[in-house]
Amino acid sequence: MPKELLNKEDIERIITRMAHEITERNRGVQSLCLIGIQRGGAHLARRLALKLGGIGGKTIPVGVLDIALYRDDFAVRKEQPVVRRTEVPFEISNEKVVLVDDVLFTGRSIRAAMDAVMDLGRPSAIQLAVLVDRGHRELPIKADFVGKNVPTSLEETVRVQFAEDGLEDRAVLE
Amino acid sequence: MKIAIRNGRIIDPARGIDGIGDLVIEDGKIKAVKSQKSKGRSQRPEITGATREIDARGKLVLPGLVDLHVHLREPGYEYKETIRTGTAAAVRGGVTSVCCMPNTNPVNDNASVTEFILKKASAEGACWVYPIGAITKGQKGEELAEMSIMHEAGCVAFSDDGRPVMDSLMMRRALEYSKVMNVPLISHCEDLSLSSGGVMNEGLLSVTLGLKGIPPQAEEIMVARDIALAELTGGRLHIAHISTEGSVALVRAAKKRGIADVTAETCPHYFSATEEAVGDYRTNAKVNPPLRRKRDVEAIKEGLHDGTIDVIATDHAPHHRDEKLGEFDFAPSGISGLETLIGLSMRLVDEGVLSHEGLVEKTAVNPARIIGVDRGTLAPGAAADLTVVDTETEYTVGAAKFVSRGKNTPFDGWVLSARPVITISLGRIHEWE
Amino acid sequence: MSLKSKDLVSIRGLDASDIGLILETAAGFKDVLGRDIKKVPALRGKTTVNLFYEPSTRTRTSFELAAKRLSTDVVNFSVSTSSVVKGESLRDTALTIQALGADIIIVRHSCSGVAHFLADNLGASVVNAGDGTNEHPTQALLDLFTIQERKEAIKGLRVAIVGDILHSRVAKSNMYALTTMGAKVRLIGPPTLVPEALEELGVEIFSDMDKGLRDVDIVMMLRIQMERQGKGFFPTTVEYFRNWGLTPERLSRAKKDALVMHPGPMNRGVEIASDVADGHNSVILDQVTNGLAVRMAVLYLLAGVKG
Ligand SMILES: [Zn+2]
Ligand SMILES: [Zn+2]
Repeated sequence: MPKELLNKEDIERIITRMAHEITERNRGVQSLCLIGIQRGGAHLARRLALKLGGIGGKTIPVGVLDIALYRDDFAVRKEQPVVRRTEVPFEISNEKVVLVDDVLFTGRSIRAAMDAVMDLGRPSAIQLAVLVDRGHRELPIKADFVGKNVPTSLEETVRVQFAEDGLEDRAVLE
Repeated sequence: MKIAIRNGRIIDPARGIDGIGDLVIEDGKIKAVKSQKSKGRSQRPEITGATREIDARGKLVLPGLVDLHVHLREPGYEYKETIRTGTAAAVRGGVTSVCCMPNTNPVNDNASVTEFILKKASAEGACWVYPIGAITKGQKGEELAEMSIMHEAGCVAFSDDGRPVMDSLMMRRALEYSKVMNVPLISHCEDLSLSSGGVMNEGLLSVTLGLKGIPPQAEEIMVARDIALAELTGGRLHIAHISTEGSVALVRAAKKRGIADVTAETCPHYFSATEEAVGDYRTNAKVNPPLRRKRDVEAIKEGLHDGTIDVIATDHAPHHRDEKLGEFDFAPSGISGLETLIGLSMRLVDEGVLSHEGLVEKTAVNPARIIGVDRGTLAPGAAADLTVVDTETEYTVGAAKFVSRGKNTPFDGWVLSARPVITISLGRIHEWE
Repeated sequence: MSLKSKDLVSIRGLDASDIGLILETAAGFKDVLGRDIKKVPALRGKTTVNLFYEPSTRTRTSFELAAKRLSTDVVNFSVSTSSVVKGESLRDTALTIQALGADIIIVRHSCSGVAHFLADNLGASVVNAGDGTNEHPTQALLDLFTIQERKEAIKGLRVAIVGDILHSRVAKSNMYALTTMGAKVRLIGPPTLVPEALEELGVEIFSDMDKGLRDVDIVMMLRIQMERQGKGFFPTTVEYFRNWGLTPERLSRAKKDALVMHPGPMNRGVEIASDVADGHNSVILDQVTNGLAVRMAVLYLLAGVKG
């Protein structure tokens, strides 16, 4: 029986709160850009960017990042991850990049994402925003902005779905 | 030593026999045959004192087969096959007489090579060996070999098999000269300029595989030429390994017109498989002439059925495993055929193409007649060469278990239903389970 | 998603979904090639061997660069065909290379079927970089990719392949790939070089180039091997160009926005006029760039198939 972690309203609230936290931490939205990790992070990043833009009164650049080619599980996975588009149509060197993902788990995806970002340019800083932090880190990685901390067991999975994919916004524990 | 073979179905077309009966062998010769359908009432053979009783109930008892076309490889290519292993493979296949082609190293183009082969055969051979001499020295197509001297030494026919005599004048002279010995010339029909380095049948498959094709016409042009030359000269022509519809038609027409002394052979692979066997570059299906189309297979069966094709021979061409393992273009042509001869040929009987008698005619009676030897019959007094064939068995061809050194066959893994269980050759009984 | 085989030996062995996956993946790699840092760590620790029995700087370089951009180690192993006949057997060479720890073996050979043979005999992934007159699958895939960039869909396009079809592995791979993806293929050339038997595969054959080019969306030219001249395939290159050379005038029979392609290297003035090769319909240089992306995609996807 899946357990609901976040509903539509919760997610909406978290995005608003995060936008304020990001603005506060960076003292405004100057030099700020968002990069969402394919695929869930991409939706979140776009929503966050809108919110941030509203607060800061300017358009926040937002891109999506595919990390398939940077993953470290080559030897153990069963088949190749699908290579999706990376679209970062702006210069990131000397910008502050906020990486956005839906779920933070082992930290390996974030490690891959940081490598991928570094290959695109040399940002002045990288920060991390996640909707759900479910624990069980295998690398020394910590999110700067967390929507909700959820204690989980390793057997469980956290699934986040988005309206952009034609589903109702929600996060569930299975 | 007295051997009695009982209750088998004895087939001896040379004497018009096909019936259940008994057969007695004494001192390496057929002593007596009694079957229900024997012409003339013979007595039930003496059964007392047999040192060996063989129960052949439900099995065929055939004269040992005569294979007109075998490559024994010795001398020179002993890593592919030897006279010892080749004749052992023959016996395993129910064959008790083999004619061996001269493309050895040195070529059998002079009497000393012929004598070497015969000496080796009598020392180590498991069956009769009849050498075929080269038509031209070194099979180069330039100068006639000493055919008459080789004939005296024991060659029963002449051939440059493996390569054709491309020069028409040379072929004409050879046919004319062969009349001195009254022996057949066996022609490997291939227009080399047209086959031009091809490695399989020409058609859609060769194009899609990117392999150079050999059109059927490369064979047919030479069949037509040789028939014309046989007509011109009156020499005896035997056409080796017919593989195409067009060749069958040419031989049929020639026989009908009665203009030339021509006989023809085909091989089991040409009525059992098509070019599809090449599949994804299977070198074991590389053979020359190449496996052809379905319509050719059908035409060859028709040719066997109506008597256009006189002989089924194996063109047993063993090769070393390493030679067939690699680039298709570089792999040598040939199929190790002795041990699937009966299994594949019996399918013709099952399909109604040939009767049992017809099959024995094509594989024993006719070839013996063509080379003029006293084989292929179970007549009392004849040498006791025979094979007992189980036709009710079902077995999977296992090339790895071939007696021959050549394991190269596209029929590996095929399920066949006939094979010899006993072959008696040179007075020895060979038995298999 | 995965390919079904550990090897890419022929286009005939692929279905439309395999081809679709490769093209989609290639799009991701084309992205990478547009960046300042053109290298990704996807296949770090893997070893790629270029086993070339036939000289080909272009194809070898393209594969080498593709492998390097995926972070594999690349070893070039060139053997001259003449030494092969006498020397070490193909199988022994391949087994040796495998024993050295090669994960991917890219092979080019002048005999058809060699890639197939190696794929059957080796645990490593085998990529056919051209075998005899059989196939050259990555060339066809990069051609499809190039077409797809310019035309909405491959399905329904009319494609003319012009030249020495009989001896062209490029033509054959393209014919299979295009047919699989729903394009209509025409083969144009002298009857000595266009085997009639191919009609059985549902392609149309023309010896009259003006007729064959009518209303086509794509014109794929093939390289004419000079050594065919004087062997009876055609009398001279002059006569060949007159009948089957692609001139601006001839190209005008095709659709206005027709693409002109050539796998290279070109014989200008033999099969293609310079005006056409350099004209605005030509996508010949795109083909080269796309070759890299497509080969990266192939290597990446094959590495994911567990043997
Ligand atoms: Zn022959
Ligand atoms: Zn032969």
